[in-house]
Amino acid sequence: MKVLVAVKRVVDYNVNVRAKTDGTGADIANVKMSMNPFDEVAVEEAVRLKEAGKVSEIVAVSMGVSACQDTIRTALAMGADRGILVESDTELQSLAVAKLLKALVDKEAPGLVLLGKQAIDDDSNQTAQMLAALLGWAQGTFISKLELGDGKATVIREVDGGLETDSLTMPTVISVDLRLNEPRFVKLPNIMKAKKKPLEVIKPDALGVDTSPRLVYSNYREPPARKAGIKVPDVATLVDKLKNEAKVI
Amino acid sequence: MIKDPQTFGLLVDNVSRFVRERLIPHEQTVAETDEIPETVRREMRELGLFGLTIPEEYGGLGLSMEEEVRVLFELCQASPAFRSLIGTNNGIGSQALIIAGSEEQKQRYLPRLASGELLASFALTEPEAGSDAASLRTSATREGNFYVLNGTKRFITNAPEAGIFTVLARTDPEAKRAAGISAFIVEAGTPGLSLGRNDKKMGQHGAHTCDVIFDACRIPAANLIGGQEGTGFKTAMRVLDKGRLHIAAVCVGAAQRMLQDALRYALERRQFDQPIAEFQLIQALLADSKTELYAARCMVQDAAQRRDRGEDISLEASCCKLFASEMCGRVADRAVQIHGGAGYIAAYAIERFYRDVRLFRIYEGTSQIQQLLIARHLIRRQTA
Ligand SMILES: Cc1cc2nc3c(=O)[nH]c(=O)nc-3n(C[C@H](O)[C@H](O)[C@H](O)COP(=O)(O)OP(=O)(O)OC[C@H]3O[C@@H](n4cnc5c(N)ncnc54)[C@H](O)[C@@H]3O)c2cc1C
Repeated sequence: MKVLVAVKRVVDYNVNVRAKTDGTGADIANVKMSMNPFDEVAVEEAVRLKEAGKVSEIVAVSMGVSACQDTIRTALAMGADRGILVESDTELQSLAVAKLLKALVDKEAPGLVLLGKQAIDDDSNQTAQMLAALLGWAQGTFISKLELGDGKATVIREVDGGLETDSLTMPTVISVDLRLNEPRFVKLPNIMKAKKKPLEVIKPDALGVDTSPRLVYSNYREPPARKAGIKVPDVATLVDKLKNEAKVI
Repeated sequence: MIKDPQTFGLLVDNVSRFVRERLIPHEQTVAETDEIPETVRREMRELGLFGLTIPEEYGGLGLSMEEEVRVLFELCQASPAFRSLIGTNNGIGSQALIIAGSEEQKQRYLPRLASGELLASFALTEPEAGSDAASLRTSATREGNFYVLNGTKRFITNAPEAGIFTVLARTDPEAKRAAGISAFIVEAGTPGLSLGRNDKKMGQHGAHTCDVIFDACRIPAANLIGGQEGTGFKTAMRVLDKGRLHIAAVCVGAAQRMLQDALRYALERRQFDQPIAEFQLIQALLADSKTELYAARCMVQDAAQRRDRGEDISLEASCCKLFASEMCGRVADRAVQIHGGAGYIAAYAIERFYRDVRLFRIYEGTSQIQQLLIARHLIRRQTA
């Protein structure tokens, strides 16, 4: 079985992102970019499935600017077999990405699509769901455990109320949560080997997908700075302030 | 050699992430227990850190000098003890084999050094021969198909755990100084080879040194590096040329970490109702550190590029080692000052780094020896 893993290039999780002063976006000029941490978990899972003999080929796909090739190379170094970049210099929103992924699924015919449950830049948490809808496939989102059986995938989902176990009919779309696994450190020699793995670059047009944005982001602002707390002398004052100043009790 | 910037960029990113997520969190334990935990050692082996500079045909990554120093800039932002563990396999422990070893010797040892299965040490210094290394007394006497070694080596990095030693010993007692010296590979466990107790050091806990003692230690004649007597000292000096550039890069990495820690502290610590980073006297400490650090980094990168182009960088390597190690010492001192009392307390990494980096001005040629070497090169060039 073939697995398609979607990987997104995002601002590294260690970077403290600031809004541009004119409010037109986040200031990401010259900041460090990395693979979305949730997507790393997805790649790791695919590699483990391959190591367990349950998967024969892993295709890592990304959408966006040319530099997304770095992200795909990282996936290849982790153990993916080949990569596809759908290259676009214009902004790609979730629906456009889901449509591009659908076109790649039609082309590649994988038995399983693995994605991170969300990307740490826009935190939209919708690409996997949109893709499943476009494909008409079963979906398992926010999973922390995955077992592949005969034509079925059993997943444990991390839902608000606790853990939910579902059985999905394959082929299926799965979005992963951080507790599914701990991604490996890439071995340095594998980074060099990844250079020799195939990486195909195509344009959205070639897939017949209209990627024009549907949403307009009108303003970016940083959350207000937290004010320093105060010390109260006793419980009575605390209760009084909670009741009359904060008005929460 | 990787060359391709995309691939090398990924490699450097991966190392810096390993430093941040796996090495720095273990620093304190390593310092307290004087031991790098086996789990971390295994991860370092799996990552490929022991074979950075060993040629690809022997299982290493075959990094160029420029690539090596750039990896060190990242790696050395964690405690120097981690670098020390992988330092000898990538440098002084393996280089004599790489530079002068026979094909058979390389095949026999380099793949196991690259994987980290085997640790290599470099044994030059003796109780009576430090800066004046050419005065070494350890002897190697030919007896048929063997050499018999006698003598003591001092302060040998990684010796307690080493699987092989590159040993410099005198094969010709008549020949003057350097001319009588040869280099050998001695395997750990050879009868007649014993180790002293681990030295108790000022810093770099977790990295170990000890005496290595040869008492009628018989080794096969085939272990003479390069198969020719009398060339050992020359090989050792070539090993140290590269080693000095390596240490200079280590100093840049460590200084970067100390400056970063100092800057973070200066922004957080408030006195007189403002962050101490607002005080111009503190700013001067930060600015001087950054400036010197940048200069050292440029020097190291330049010398590394020249070496990759095949130039003789003996003089430049000494300049880099001298400037970068002294710079590192000054940055350490300023960083402690910025931390105030906290800088003297073990809970802050800077207290440890201050002691750790003191070594860089001493080994692989003291600052004074580098000064002598630089001046000697200049004079020789002028009068040649
Ligand atoms: C932790 C540690 C690890 C080490 N690892 C290794 C290793 O792996 N392998 C190895 O072979 N060695 C190793 N060494 C040894 C190290 O290289 C020597 O300590 C160093 O070269 C200095 O030699 P020395 O200690 O004998 O000092 P000395 O040579 O006795 O020097 C004492 C002082 O005199 C100065 N001095 C000496 N000669 C002159 C001169 N001509 N002009 C002006 N000043 C001079 C020196 O600069 C120094 O300040 C290690 C040392 C330490 C502390």
